[in-house]
Amino acid sequence: MSIIIDEGTKLAVSGLTGREGSFHGLRNKAYGTDLVAGVTPGKGGQDVEGTPVFDTIKEAVTEAGANTSMIFVPARFAAAAIDEAIDSGVETVIAITEGIPVLDMLSTYWKAKEAAVRLIGPNCPGVLSPGKANVGIIPAQFFDPGPIGVVSKSGTLTYQIGNELKQAGTGNSSIVGIGGDPIVGSDFIDILTMYEADPDTELIVMVGEIGGDAEERAAEFIASEVSKPVVAYIAGFTAPPGKQMGHAGAIISGSSGTAQAKKDALEAKGVRVGESPTETAQIAAEMLRSL
Amino acid sequence: MDLLEYQGKQLFAKHGIPVPSGEVADTVDEAVAAAERIGYPCAIKAQVLIGGRGKAGGIKIAKDAEEARAHADAILGMDIVGPHGEGPFRVDQVWIEGGSDIAEEYYASVILDRGEKKLLAMVSAKGGMDIEAVAAEDPDALVKRHIDPTREFTAADARTIVADAGLAEDALDEAAEALVKLAEVAREEDASLIEVNPLIVTAGRDVIALDAKVTIDGNALFRHQDLAEIADTVDDPQEQMAKEKGLTYVKLDGNVGILANGAGLCMSTLDVVAQAGGAPANFLDAGGGSKAEAIVNALEVIKSDAKVSAILFNIFGGITRCDEIANGIVTASQQIDLGMPLVVRLDGTNSEEGLKILAEADLPNLHQEKTMLDAARRVVELAGSA
Repeated sequence: MSIIIDEGTKLAVSGLTGREGSFHGLRNKAYGTDLVAGVTPGKGGQDVEGTPVFDTIKEAVTEAGANTSMIFVPARFAAAAIDEAIDSGVETVIAITEGIPVLDMLSTYWKAKEAAVRLIGPNCPGVLSPGKANVGIIPAQFFDPGPIGVVSKSGTLTYQIGNELKQAGTGNSSIVGIGGDPIVGSDFIDILTMYEADPDTELIVMVGEIGGDAEERAAEFIASEVSKPVVAYIAGFTAPPGKQMGHAGAIISGSSGTAQAKKDALEAKGVRVGESPTETAQIAAEMLRSL
Repeated sequence: MDLLEYQGKQLFAKHGIPVPSGEVADTVDEAVAAAERIGYPCAIKAQVLIGGRGKAGGIKIAKDAEEARAHADAILGMDIVGPHGEGPFRVDQVWIEGGSDIAEEYYASVILDRGEKKLLAMVSAKGGMDIEAVAAEDPDALVKRHIDPTREFTAADARTIVADAGLAEDALDEAAEALVKLAEVAREEDASLIEVNPLIVTAGRDVIALDAKVTIDGNALFRHQDLAEIADTVDDPQEQMAKEKGLTYVKLDGNVGILANGAGLCMSTLDVVAQAGGAPANFLDAGGGSKAEAIVNALEVIKSDAKVSAILFNIFGGITRCDEIANGIVTASQQIDLGMPLVVRLDGTNSEEGLKILAEADLPNLHQEKTMLDAARRVVELAGSA
């Protein structure tokens, strides 16, 4: 098994007719993902290399059977596109777009909650279930199928860890990029819950970074609700307070949101935290061998 | 993006939140002239993006022109370090405002609670001091209430909060009105943090915002033209240069220049360099750019920091291929004379090809390493002591 996406995923890509959307949408298709539709208002009736394009996500659902929506829409229109996806009847919305105003996401978050639609992102690399489906921009070549579930706020850092896990001879049930924005549709806890329930996930690697308290909350949750071993990595020990480190959410506010506080919170609950991406992958591989 | 106090107060005034009137000044003479117009006593306040200004000597009351001159002279040009070690921040501007007759000092804020995904209103009758310390010593003194995202935040809602915080009975209505307007500023101006400390009650029982700390969501500036103009002015020369070139750059104070792709990997690179005993000079996310032009731009910004004595280029190629990046580095090295060692670590897609291209180009002062840890150790060794 895997989480969020698999062989049953039928994908509609909002923004498939754009440069980034078509590049990544078609890469996902080449990986084996069932790409059933593109969505661009005003371009209904066209196709992108054989994939039909609709004016609305609703049509992609009713006409092409889409159950998963990927959002590749420019930032200022992206929240509206996510809202449209939430109303369309899909089960899952994966928003790749970076730069969405956080207050737009505030209302969109609650809209998704109320509709019980699984929202991943925004400002995330997407989800990959190796050997089954890839929705987003994750380069699949670094990940083989296997027992480790990965959940991360970051893209390239995850590829780095994934590559080291692969070299250590292991692989992944799924890789979930939850995104680096202050408000994301799914937090560590949501994804940890899914990995805990997934019979094919034996160990979880969690990659966090400075800003907010999602890692601290995850530490509490792991202690009470997660029976599977978790290995963590936190980036940003050298980040100065008050400065946004690339991701909109990666900022230490006053004395809160530091990497050290997150590491301490996780270690206090018995979660091992790697010093570097390399050490994190090594710990995960060792722990897996001893399971 | 953080606003200076006076910019925050201008935003408050726009939304009808009472603030003292005042003027901003860049020089001592301007400051004295402003004080003369405003009258005495007046407050002369350092305009820097950090709290703890009062403790640092950045806020003074002047009783006459002579004092105004002395205070402005002392404050302009001073360096202020924040309570958590932020900065130092050089004071380039002062704000001069009429002195207020303070009867009570309260605290009020509206912030984005990332964990709960709601706006959070906080009010305390213990204002005018470090609110984190108040919350630590006496948690009940700080009333925290989430604002329901599904309905309007009314004066009645706000009144419950200010009453529970124990504000003076005769100030409740005005304080509640101020809180409603602070929430309005959050929503209408895309502010993710608004803090008023102190929110005062004057001897005449008027409620006034005596300070303003406001953070605007940088992603929402496209719909706030006036605020976007403020965002265009950056003090640091490297940060200004990076902004003009469209790069995500944060200046630090070490001597190891850092260039990596992806925000997370870049933060991790800084950490690994620090673990190897080095001091990172900056954060620079090269994004997915492999083109020589993007690499030249990034290297120029890093190099313009005189402290930098060696540079680490840490790439994990995903969709961007390492051979393309290697070609970019070779072309860039023909366009820019670094004059210092460049350590390159290429891993990921087509890394073998990329490393071969670099080896064949045989660039002077370019060092290759296979792993992130080896690259960090090497660059620290080459950079020498800061």
